[in-house]
Amino acid sequence: MSGHSTYQPKTGFERWLDARLPIIRLGYDSFVDYPTPRNLNYWWTFGGILSLCLASQLITGIILVMHYTPSAAGAFASVEHIMRDVNYGWLIRYMHSNGASMFFIAVYIHMMRGLYYGSYKAPREVLWLLGCVIYLLMMATAFMGYVLPWGQMSFHGAVVITNLFGALPIVGESITTWLWGGFAVDNATLNRFFSLHYLLPFMIAGVVILHIWALHVVGQNNPTGVEPKSKADTVPFTPYATVKDGFAMSVFMILFAYFVFFMPNALGHPDNYIEANPLVTPAHIVPEWYFLPFYAILRAVPDKLMGVLAMFGAIGCLFALPWLDTSKVRSMRYRPTAKVYFMIFVVACCILGLCGAKLPDDKVIPHLTTFKLIDADLNSFVWLSRVASLYYFAFFLVILPILGLKEKPLPVPESIASPALTEKKG
Amino acid sequence: MLRKLSIIAAVAGLAFAGQALAAGHPLPPKDVKWSFEGPFGKFDQVQLQRGYKVYREVCASCHSMKLVSFRNLGDKGGPFYNEKYKNSNDNPWVKAIAKEYEVADIDSETGDPIKRPATSADHFPAPFPNEIAARGANGGALPPDMSLLAKARANGPDYIYSLLVGYVNPPAGLKIGPGQHYNPYMAGDLTAYWSGSHEKVPPGGFIAMAQPLKDGQVTFDDGTKSTLDQQAKDVSAFLMWAAEPKLEQRKQTGFAVIIYLLLLSGLLYASYKRVWRNESH
Repeated sequence: MSGHSTYQPKTGFERWLDARLPIIRLGYDSFVDYPTPRNLNYWWTFGGILSLCLASQLITGIILVMHYTPSAAGAFASVEHIMRDVNYGWLIRYMHSNGASMFFIAVYIHMMRGLYYGSYKAPREVLWLLGCVIYLLMMATAFMGYVLPWGQMSFHGAVVITNLFGALPIVGESITTWLWGGFAVDNATLNRFFSLHYLLPFMIAGVVILHIWALHVVGQNNPTGVEPKSKADTVPFTPYATVKDGFAMSVFMILFAYFVFFMPNALGHPDNYIEANPLVTPAHIVPEWYFLPFYAILRAVPDKLMGVLAMFGAIGCLFALPWLDTSKVRSMRYRPTAKVYFMIFVVACCILGLCGAKLPDDKVIPHLTTFKLIDADLNSFVWLSRVASLYYFAFFLVILPILGLKEKPLPVPESIASPALTEKKG
Repeated sequence: MLRKLSIIAAVAGLAFAGQALAAGHPLPPKDVKWSFEGPFGKFDQVQLQRGYKVYREVCASCHSMKLVSFRNLGDKGGPFYNEKYKNSNDNPWVKAIAKEYEVADIDSETGDPIKRPATSADHFPAPFPNEIAARGANGGALPPDMSLLAKARANGPDYIYSLLVGYVNPPAGLKIGPGQHYNPYMAGDLTAYWSGSHEKVPPGGFIAMAQPLKDGQVTFDDGTKSTLDQQAKDVSAFLMWAAEPKLEQRKQTGFAVIIYLLLLSGLLYASYKRVWRNESH
């Protein structure tokens, strides 16, 4: 989409079309001739995998809508109608529900890759920001999609999450009423969530196009973090990247298929097979696994409003990241100290996910009572989530800004081709 | 580097997985070996038929199963499937079972509400006309609908089996209210009803349903000895079928899909190696 185009129309029709709408040229420049750093590893295949996830979610979702009834009275039964009576309805629905989880597995790996290799640094800030926007839209879409089957977790999850906005001063209550379309989560809420759940994926698709556009303007980052300098540093996208992405997508689909066909309910909650009942609250309301780290941050803060702000702040840090990291070196491959902090960050995120699934007062180490610190025993998940949350914020707000100025990075290679051609592994 | 990192992350995730049980929690369900487990699992059709009989003669007097139609009984993978009747509406066993039930309808001439024998297209009628009637007849407790029960509980079939065989005499010191029964597999917290030490609160909770199955309660047509254990296993398997009637089709399709994807991945890997053979990276 940028740079000098090398497309040569071969047939009369192509020449005719190229003079009027150079769409074949666009495709050729973007996905065939596009120069790709030759040293990309498998962590770089997740962009392609994510586009596969988006396509799969769109297609299965559109089919589901053909059979789904968006009403509080009919939603649950219509999902079961899909599962029992629609030809291969079980397959479409399990692909869609597990597809959401696969989408998030892929996006988290994609984000961590960007974080490790400094893919957010100049000139890729806008590319990173667009990615953050996609992630936000994904979260909104996934949350509203989970409400649609109108099971117990759908309903009570929607109550908990929409009530978070009620913590905002002055406007909180009005916003919650506005979101609900009434004074409780009910039919009106389900209908607007359904409408938005259908709209947002197309917005995601739109921002994905911008994301790819921005990517093709600045070019891909690569494991060395050194910009390609000559033709020797790159290979054409097709066939080199297409075949590698294709292989990775196929392997990813094996994981996806394993969940869909052999453990389709493993990532869901059994309570969501009970029809929503406002009068019966489930014993533990837990969000889907991909929201658990943020749920843990929310619960780590004793004050509701501060908790909500911390949760949104955690996503806010991602947006500010390009200006928080002060290091001149892009890839953490050449930042030995940053690498260690990064790994602790990944572990902290996993711990937060675990804390989100547990009850705050449950013990981390069973049968061990230590002492009460402020409001809970030190050996409890609430304190573990506080420690992990603290690290989460410290990583973005303290470690990355200061470390970039203080650390002594390893020597960065002259070009991509020089280490790639001399040493075999990086 | 990142490889090491992913290992660390995985280990961190698993480290906390094994959590010991605190006092007051229900016992973990017994692990039963089901024929439908594993990637090649299939329902045992004879077991499903026995399970249906248990449901029909015992459970159905209080529990509805409103998402299941009679025709489903004759669908592929179902308890009364027969190869001769691809369309389950033609299946004579299905027709005969449906006829045993009466369903509400409207007289097409007069518009009056009437009762007529069910057809294979009808859903299983509920034992009570509405929730209030169901609660009224069961001491205030609502017998849950059984269509999805096996998926609406963690380890569904294991849990249902364990609950059915798990009724025991309540430990001394546990105060039991009228119409309540103790079951160590039932969810709940008995701390408030326990007079003993806080460390030794019995596991489980109260359930409004009295022990429904006993030895010899149902006579199996295939001559299988009708023990409590057998009845509980069979009805749990039947309920798993009711909750996930497409389980066999799913696993069989899955096997073909995985084989296909493995072959595709192999071919793509070979192509990748060939395309990149002259390029260092």
